[in-house]
Amino acid sequence: MMNIRFKSTKSRYILNAAAVLALYGVLYAMIENGILNRYAAGLLMTAGYNIILAVSLNLAAGFLGQLPLGHAGFMSVGAYASALFTLGLEMDGAVEFPLALIIGGLVAAVFGVLIGLPALRLSGDYLAIITLGFGEIIRVVILNLSFTGGAFGLQGMKRYSNFTNIFIFAVITLFVISTLIKSRHGRAILAIREDEIAAEASGIPTTYYKTFAFAVSAFFAGVAGGLYAHHLCILDPSTFGFMKSVEILVMVVLGGMGSLIGSVVAAFGLTLLPELLREFAQYRIIVYSLLLVLVMIFKPSGLFGRYDFSLGKTVDDLFIKLRAPNKKGGA
Amino acid sequence: MTLLSQIINGIQIGSIYALVALGYSMVYGIVKLINFAHGEIIMVGAYCAWYLIARLNMPAWIAVFFAILLCVILGVTIEIVAYKPLRNSARISLLITAIGISLLLQNLAQLLFKADPRMFANLFPGSKPFLGLQLTNATLVTIAVSVVLMAALSLMVSKTKIGKAMRAVSEDKAIAELMGINVNTTISFTFAIGSALAAIAAVLYCCSYSQIEPTMGSMLGLKAFVAAVLGGIGIIPGAVLGGFLIGVFESLTKGFISSNLADAVVFGILIVVLLIKPTGIFGKNRREKV
Repeated sequence: MMNIRFKSTKSRYILNAAAVLALYGVLYAMIENGILNRYAAGLLMTAGYNIILAVSLNLAAGFLGQLPLGHAGFMSVGAYASALFTLGLEMDGAVEFPLALIIGGLVAAVFGVLIGLPALRLSGDYLAIITLGFGEIIRVVILNLSFTGGAFGLQGMKRYSNFTNIFIFAVITLFVISTLIKSRHGRAILAIREDEIAAEASGIPTTYYKTFAFAVSAFFAGVAGGLYAHHLCILDPSTFGFMKSVEILVMVVLGGMGSLIGSVVAAFGLTLLPELLREFAQYRIIVYSLLLVLVMIFKPSGLFGRYDFSLGKTVDDLFIKLRAPNKKGGA
Repeated sequence: MTLLSQIINGIQIGSIYALVALGYSMVYGIVKLINFAHGEIIMVGAYCAWYLIARLNMPAWIAVFFAILLCVILGVTIEIVAYKPLRNSARISLLITAIGISLLLQNLAQLLFKADPRMFANLFPGSKPFLGLQLTNATLVTIAVSVVLMAALSLMVSKTKIGKAMRAVSEDKAIAELMGINVNTTISFTFAIGSALAAIAAVLYCCSYSQIEPTMGSMLGLKAFVAAVLGGIGIIPGAVLGGFLIGVFESLTKGFISSNLADAVVFGILIVVLLIKPTGIFGKNRREKV
């Protein structure tokens, strides 16, 4: 009777699509009906691009096993590229905005390759430092260029970002990265994390895959930057400093390096938590840094470790559990 | 003349970078960790000296002594509390912990002393003529103190028993332990020396730049780290040479190109070094073995 099993890939896609649509429907209805006020809706949008940032950093940090400390640099490149694009063109928003996001992502990805190719020849610590240096260079350069507005920043972008398109891009990011991880290419990336020398000996082109993962990670950071730029409608280079990179890193580390659901939960939680604890705003970064240290000492794998959530599997397990007592009774 | 004075400026800030870079380099050599908190130790040293001199009206030499003491205690405590439990776990966890400690110290200082900068009175006022230039006493003291400390440090590492132990532990921890070396004490001692140098660097820095703020350590620390990488991390003469080079490059950029771009130039140097010779100027190439 209850013999539905989500074994085939197709049925699982359908199940996941239905769940995503349902989630979107519920949230959208809540915003439209005013159950979630403007402020809460804005928070939800912030959480949306934080999720994109955390998930994309997780690809480089959790799955590839490197430690990039310049994620905010890629985000700023994407933000500025897409903002300059929409400012320079007079097109219909429906055409202009997705194009701007993709351009922001692509420019960030190009920077990802540019910095990744040399940096990835180096091992963990050096990579961390070189990406940190790169993030700082980007910030200083943006601060000193005239077409980026310098220290005054960029203004006048149209407010294109809304709940719907942020939700869509967050889902696309999750979909692309989770399918990437499960593909042949993803297994190559995981192999590099486990043992780079062994991976190379097994014929995996390590430099190619490291650069590739880095570029994908940068691409989505750039997209998130574009969404951010058209949500706040003002860009200030000082917001993309080392602290922003660390903030994203805290989300990934807290959720678990190598767990997408972990990144989503942590990004969501760490976006809402400071808002709930408004009066403790000055302690926010102290709490963040303590969290980092305590998580590393007591549970280095983060909240979720490398566990990843699969809706199809969860539903299947549920059915099996439901059926189990019946079977016993029959026998 | 301006070229010469820029170079002397560069040597002055470079000798401060060199002192800080020594701390990074020794710690990296012994536990293979980029100690991000090292920059914050400079900041703590500066605030301690400032508080004792400006608020409690202590004589300068006592204040400097207490600043060094506090930094040593702080450095060793950080090592024991935060780094020691992670000594055998993944390097990436250790690095993240170091970043966490650095942010924690920085923001605690912001909470305690507020974010706005404080003025630090120069301990060595006045100036002396030199080759037609007026050199401030602070510059001369900075360069002299740094050179003496670096010479003492390299003597200690090459001649004394504890120096020998440090070299042995950085070579191979397990075998050093088998030879009867107390690895924990040696690592703590390394952190203590590094922190003491950082405290002295902090006081010297404050004498010339007269401003202290909670975030002063992070940029100073990062540049000193770049210096350590440039010279070859884990190598003491390398850190010294790297420090001077970075200082001179930076002050030439400030003097002749643009002071806004100085930071970008320093990190640009880092990227170029890592591309051409990742092991640094004095570094030897090591084959990776399976």
